[in-house]
Amino acid sequence: MQKHLKVSAIKDGTVIDHIPTKALFKVIKILKLEECIQMVTFGNNLDSKAMGTKAIIKIANRYFANEEVNKIALVAPHAKLNIIRDYNVVEKKVVEIPKEIKGIVHCFNPKCITNGEQVTTRFEILSDKPIAMKCYYCEKITNENEMIFF
Amino acid sequence: MQVKSLISITDFTKAEYLKIMRLAEDFEANPNQKLLQGKVIATLFFEPSTRTRLSFETAINRLGGKIIGFSDSSSSSVSKGETLHDTIRMVSNYADMIIMRHPLEGSARYASEVSSVPVINAGDGANQHPSQTLLDMYSIVKTQGSLDNINLFLVGDLKYGRTVHSLIMALLQFENPIFNFIAPPELALPNEYKIHLTEKKILYFEHSEFTEIINAADIIYMTRVQKERFIDPVEYEKVKNIYILRNEMLKNTKPNMKILHPLPRINEIHTDVDSNPKAYYFTQAKNGVYTRMAIIAHLLNLK
Repeated sequence: MQKHLKVSAIKDGTVIDHIPTKALFKVIKILKLEECIQMVTFGNNLDSKAMGTKAIIKIANRYFANEEVNKIALVAPHAKLNIIRDYNVVEKKVVEIPKEIKGIVHCFNPKCITNGEQVTTRFEILSDKPIAMKCYYCEKITNENEMIFF
Repeated sequence: MQVKSLISITDFTKAEYLKIMRLAEDFEANPNQKLLQGKVIATLFFEPSTRTRLSFETAINRLGGKIIGFSDSSSSSVSKGETLHDTIRMVSNYADMIIMRHPLEGSARYASEVSSVPVINAGDGANQHPSQTLLDMYSIVKTQGSLDNINLFLVGDLKYGRTVHSLIMALLQFENPIFNFIAPPELALPNEYKIHLTEKKILYFEHSEFTEIINAADIIYMTRVQKERFIDPVEYEKVKNIYILRNEMLKNTKPNMKILHPLPRINEIHTDVDSNPKAYYFTQAKNGVYTRMAIIAHLLNLK
């Protein structure tokens, strides 16, 4: 049987696979793909053996530094990256939750200065399963179920 | 330019705690040392706090410095909508140090990033108030001779009391502390601190009764049980009179035991305790001036 790609292949660039369906647009936002001038294609609610359904993003002619792509680990902890050159996968990467997160997430504490003035949020990751992160400013801990993304 | 600020109690090392203790002792022996001659210190109190502000301003005056600032944000440009960022940028051009209190948590840390001069956090909401902790530590050193081997009883609101949390974190730097926590279940110490103590293999005990167990204490640290902390007013009514320290309870406590309280007190220490030599809270407040002189001198490298 002929295999049919639901999201067309790219010659060079990055494929981000195994994104939870609910996290697709968050990943697009975190990686600022709406500002990307290269071809970006994505699919959502695709069948996945491991996840049931998943999302996938293909970004042509674009490669990401680890610290840049690791930012998506908060919303897509099992995401896998395929680095494509001339239609071939030349490298595979998994995302890792970084030790420190800047921006991306609000501090859950309404009395935190980051919710009172224009201050970029900054967190130290205390644990990754489940996620618990300590605000650098107010020192309160934001848990996974309290995370609100910018 | 990286300048040294004091925002959280954990910003200082053990060596710095000990230096502050030594300097405070020195300032207590010689309170009028004009180390701040020619220097201007800004005290920015975005919310009112008579006690802390007067204590800092006394410390600055004793050191011969000049003070600029405000004691209430309604009398500053903040009332016109100026951001904290802009206020701090402006004031750090005028002053050699900024001492600030602000209702938003994390505001002092943010100010220290924006400021070109050292910042002392004199309270950021319910978060941190490190000069209080250092004066608590100085009071312990003065009365017990050391910060090692202290059996500390913390009583009252251990859930929201920032002075309690900071004092625990600071004493963890010293040898063999023993912590006893006496609080109603609604105001028990947050789990994160208990986990931290367990990880560090530090001995601690939790009690909901306020009884003769205090006889083992070197220090009893009292805090206020505030009505507004309770969701159910009935729960408050049940416990409001349980955590009151009375003179008769002190009969069999250690001769050198001392009672501390960050003040203001409402009714959690009965006034009949005040004349007992074990009552130390007013001297503790006085120690605050020497401790704050020490913090200022240390951060400005004057000593």
